[in-house]
Amino acid sequence: MCGIVGLFLKDKALEPQLGALLTDMLITMTDRGPDSAGIAIYGAEDTSASKLTVQAEDPDTAFDGLADKMAAALGGPVTLTRNDTHAVLRVPAGKAEEARTALREVAPDVRAMSFGDTLEIYKEVGLPKDVAARFDIAKMSGTHGIGHTRMATESAVTTLGAHPFNTGLDQCLVHNGSLSNHNSLRRKLQREGIHIETKNDTEVGAAYLTWKMQNGATLGEALEASLEDLDGFFNFVVGTKDGFGVVRDPIACKPAVMAETDQYVAFGSEYRALVNLPGIETARVWEPEPATVYFWTHDQAPTPSKKAA
Amino acid sequence: MMQTYDLQANGLRELNAALHAQANDTNQTSWEIVNPRGSHAVAVGLDAPIEVSVKGSTGYYTAGMNKQATVHVHGSAGPGVAENMMSGTVVVEGDASQYAGATGHGGLLVIKGNASSRCGISMKGINIVVHGNVGHMSAFMAQSGNLVVCGDAGDALGDSIYEARLFVRGSVKSLGADCIEKEMRPEHIEILRDLLDRAGCDAKPEEFKRYGSARQLYNFKIDNAY
Repeated sequence: MCGIVGLFLKDKALEPQLGALLTDMLITMTDRGPDSAGIAIYGAEDTSASKLTVQAEDPDTAFDGLADKMAAALGGPVTLTRNDTHAVLRVPAGKAEEARTALREVAPDVRAMSFGDTLEIYKEVGLPKDVAARFDIAKMSGTHGIGHTRMATESAVTTLGAHPFNTGLDQCLVHNGSLSNHNSLRRKLQREGIHIETKNDTEVGAAYLTWKMQNGATLGEALEASLEDLDGFFNFVVGTKDGFGVVRDPIACKPAVMAETDQYVAFGSEYRALVNLPGIETARVWEPEPATVYFWTHDQAPTPSKKAA
Repeated sequence: MMQTYDLQANGLRELNAALHAQANDTNQTSWEIVNPRGSHAVAVGLDAPIEVSVKGSTGYYTAGMNKQATVHVHGSAGPGVAENMMSGTVVVEGDASQYAGATGHGGLLVIKGNASSRCGISMKGINIVVHGNVGHMSAFMAQSGNLVVCGDAGDALGDSIYEARLFVRGSVKSLGADCIEKEMRPEHIEILRDLLDRAGCDAKPEEFKRYGSARQLYNFKIDNAY
């Protein structure tokens, strides 16, 4: 099972409610997977700083002095804002990737959840309502976000096995399904020098997209290529700094519903997840086609591109 | 007299228990369900000649295992609507998700929008009329009954079909293993005319093509040969 949700706002007036809307959607999906939950939020851009969201098992100790150590490593000001087991490190603009690399040296016990300019990822073991409450997700504002509640099938129930997965600068992925060729693909990607931390199948899917994009593919091209190279079942919802995308495998046995109004585009594993969105009664509601990449950005009209199954 | 039931306020178990309690000679023949909000298993397992009208969209397995009842969804239905229906009628005003009418033994399922993948999978005598399109692998391993598609059919229509009549007005993206186009004889036009009429569809039977089993793939005794 697993439940996934996504919300991409067109109407700026809804931005203060993004966290609350996404939290409600995700809690509705709890019975699709109660192991662990996570939410990725794209907040307001601060042109003076980039962000690294981190997590630690023992945050009291691990976050103590971390900003200073990172500042020394990066040669510029770094601030740390703690939120339960997570913290957002604000690093000099454009240094998010450098910061992620530096973190492994400076504080190997602290895990990077996400890096980018606007993306923050929060995830932990537990029910969606508890995970959302401990980070106070409902108070967060933003332009778009995605969420996931997990029923583990392929690997252990841990923070690092929870979704969303960070796939690149300001990019993340949630997955409903199971990949069957993740072991061979993990070995291949590791030979290519891609860092993969766990035995989780989705992390391999995320790493695959990262690898494709490092080799020049756009996110859309990487998603299309995933239809060839990933074996198994998947509904992916992806977030980028400016957009939101959806792709289903050609078999499409995992459920998916989308809704669009003048105010938003929303994704849910089931229609139930969407019923509290404003104006849902008159929204255009449809099931995304198999093997088709859908993408919305704030700049462009939706561009579904059909890929032969 | 119309019974109105608020699903959000009063819950699913009570609803289905109340509907199951209706006997053949009930005088509570007309039910309206409000606030379905995508709930699963709405009006499943009914076995009385009652009319149930659902005001909104539903989740998994709406009207599954239906006998005798008429269930009308004024919205879209999630996966497995009218799964294993035995008799009666289920009408979906909007779209239906995967495996609509799966394994159905009898009755009529009408989908006024589109049905997605695996519509009529393993159908065993049910009649399904889809006003729009159906997705891939529809009528997979179909055994008996009629699937009528007024729009287009997706990939692998009728894959590994035993017996069943598949009528498609629009295009078929591809036929599955052992499924072939067949001659449209006068008796097929009559069957189709009756089904279209009962499904409230004004398409003309002559506009459809018929598909069915080439009978090269299975070796059972053909009791249902069409």
